[in-house]
Amino acid sequence: MTLEAYADTIVPGEKRSADDRAIAGVSTGGGAVQAGALELLQWDATGIHDGLDDLVRLVNEHAQAYAAERGLALDPAVPPFVALEYPDRAALIQLLTKPGHPEKEFWVLLSLFCNMAFDSAAHLNTAQAMADGHPGLKAMGLTQPDADGLWRFEDYSYGREFARLHPDTTSTGSPA
Amino acid sequence: MSTTAERTDVLVIGSGFGGAIAAYHLAAGGADVTVLERGPWLESKEFEHDYKLGSSYTRVFDFTVGDGMSILGGNCVGGGSVVYFAAMPRAPRFVFDRQGSIGRRMWPGAVSRDTLDPWYDRVEESLSITKQNWNDVSYAGGLWAAACNHSGRTANPLAVAIDNTKCVNCNWMMAGCRFEAKQSLLVNYLPAAIAHGARIRPLHEVQHLSRTPDGSYRVHYNVVHDDDYRLQAGSGVIEAKIVVMAAGAGATPVILQRSEAHLGTMPRAVGRYFSGNGERLNTAVIDEAKAAELFGLERGDGLAYAANHIGKGPTVASWDKLDGSLPEYSRYSLEQLYFPPGLGTILAQVPGATGPSWFGKEKKEILKQWASWLTIFTMIEDDNEGVFGPPPATGNSHRISQQMLGRGNLRYEPTKNTLGAWAASDAEVKEILEKDGLAKVMPWTNDLVGAYTVHPLSSCRMGDDPHTSALDDRNELRDHPGIFVTDGSAVPGALTVNPAMTIAALAERAVPGIVQAAQRRGISVTYGAPAPDGSASGRKNVLPLLPSARG
Repeated sequence: MTLEAYADTIVPGEKRSADDRAIAGVSTGGGAVQAGALELLQWDATGIHDGLDDLVRLVNEHAQAYAAERGLALDPAVPPFVALEYPDRAALIQLLTKPGHPEKEFWVLLSLFCNMAFDSAAHLNTAQAMADGHPGLKAMGLTQPDADGLWRFEDYSYGREFARLHPDTTSTGSPA
Repeated sequence: MSTTAERTDVLVIGSGFGGAIAAYHLAAGGADVTVLERGPWLESKEFEHDYKLGSSYTRVFDFTVGDGMSILGGNCVGGGSVVYFAAMPRAPRFVFDRQGSIGRRMWPGAVSRDTLDPWYDRVEESLSITKQNWNDVSYAGGLWAAACNHSGRTANPLAVAIDNTKCVNCNWMMAGCRFEAKQSLLVNYLPAAIAHGARIRPLHEVQHLSRTPDGSYRVHYNVVHDDDYRLQAGSGVIEAKIVVMAAGAGATPVILQRSEAHLGTMPRAVGRYFSGNGERLNTAVIDEAKAAELFGLERGDGLAYAANHIGKGPTVASWDKLDGSLPEYSRYSLEQLYFPPGLGTILAQVPGATGPSWFGKEKKEILKQWASWLTIFTMIEDDNEGVFGPPPATGNSHRISQQMLGRGNLRYEPTKNTLGAWAASDAEVKEILEKDGLAKVMPWTNDLVGAYTVHPLSSCRMGDDPHTSALDDRNELRDHPGIFVTDGSAVPGALTVNPAMTIAALAERAVPGIVQAAQRRGISVTYGAPAPDGSASGRKNVLPLLPSARG
């Protein structure tokens, strides 16, 4: 649940049900969680799969400290990071990833893979993910490949001269 | 022990521009050449259009995170040429007079634009480099050119090593060209080298060099697992009379650092003066209606642009600031670039964000406009600030993911000169693209993985001064005769343009000296091979024999 909340802070989505606590629900459409962030994070190809339990423990400790410093009461029914409101989740991740934070590298890495679940579906075959309506690739407007799973664009250029060339250009197109 | 070691005349470490060019000429000249490449060997048909970890996309490049600087580089047979975008401009004349951080000319006296031009010519012939015309320019390049023109600037279609008759504008160049349109080294120098007997061994990662009693070198390597590069599948040693190091500017100095215990003291400049080629990216989110209104753009279906994903990397650059009369650190080029999702998207920031700028609710909103992004690549003059710390246990990084992602020991703290040049170029990109409401622009953040380069340079550079250069002006490692460095690490500093052309030209220039050194060590080798397919040189030699062609 904590990892879902973290992933949802990086690329937020809409709640899967009315009582969904992990997803803050600050955005419409699927976010990192719906895009498969947990699946990607737990895959050994990433190299962070082994450390996820530690990251969960640490981010909850940080959330507890963050709440204590600000006098926020956390709902004990869910992990502390999940209990934070979205703006506080985001503020905490900003603190953890700030230059100089001793654990910065771990949180940047975790954030990177959460983002990759959404923006490139790094745990899925891309053409298949497109066919299955992957929420991230769809939201970003990637177009469908040809039937063989490869992309080709017949139209690619305005075919117009848009500007003067730099006066010091060689005949082969380099700076003189 | 040495009785069991394999032997070769020339051992080349790395198969990118520096390695492939040296391997070809030495093999064509008659030397016994072996190339060790740390990455896999993929054929064109194996280049997939797939972002999945473990596909060819993540197998062929490395992303090495350092302290203040991260490097994206090639990791396969063909090296950087397989993952690059094939932009091949020559470096402007003033670059060779740069002083950089040392207060005097950093390039060797023997190298200037004039002395390098014949070598540029040779690369141009070998890779069929052509100046694109406006019909070749992608939608993104056209938009950038229109914006430059709108704000009173010039814009140039780039010289590229692409066969546009084969290009399908798929924009998957960074994953290797499936259609053999990109003139990577897999379609010229490397097959020519193999035809002359060179042997290429993929997944062989060199760890260090040591010396034999007779002054040859022993090259110690690990075999990397085919799928999971974190694993090793053996190790070995090869002896060679000549070693050509071309592992890339992020790896060559690391191998030399690790070799110091065996070879003796390295020149001071090994692992210092690293340059990220002054690179930086800005992401503009284009207002489609404004693009249509200001420039009359339309591409059917009511779309003005929305074509971030269509095309082929950089096609148009603005060179107005490549003016040799301007002071150092104020000269740069601004180039339109395609950057695929997966690694860089997270570094794009939300213009005018009220909350976090690189993640979160507002970031998701600009991700939804990804098709309308226009990415501008800036190449400024930096200050060669990078220094490599102690080498990691193996390779050039501690590998985190099965492929692609590792942690290296490069430290980079930008100086005021570099920061000032980035700020000035950022301001100009903003001025051009925000004029009349065309777009909203923000540079990529450096806060997450530091600055970011796709063109690492200068970590083992050539020069005249032994204190500030690791190589002499013939690319030979000082105090270690028989070791040559021909990759981007030999380039003394940032070039203000894409560097592949200059790396290749310097490698071509280094070859006659390497051949002479090889001859002195008893290797039977000559210099003089034509460009890999031999066509132009062949014509030049044949034409004088034909009376009708004499005119």
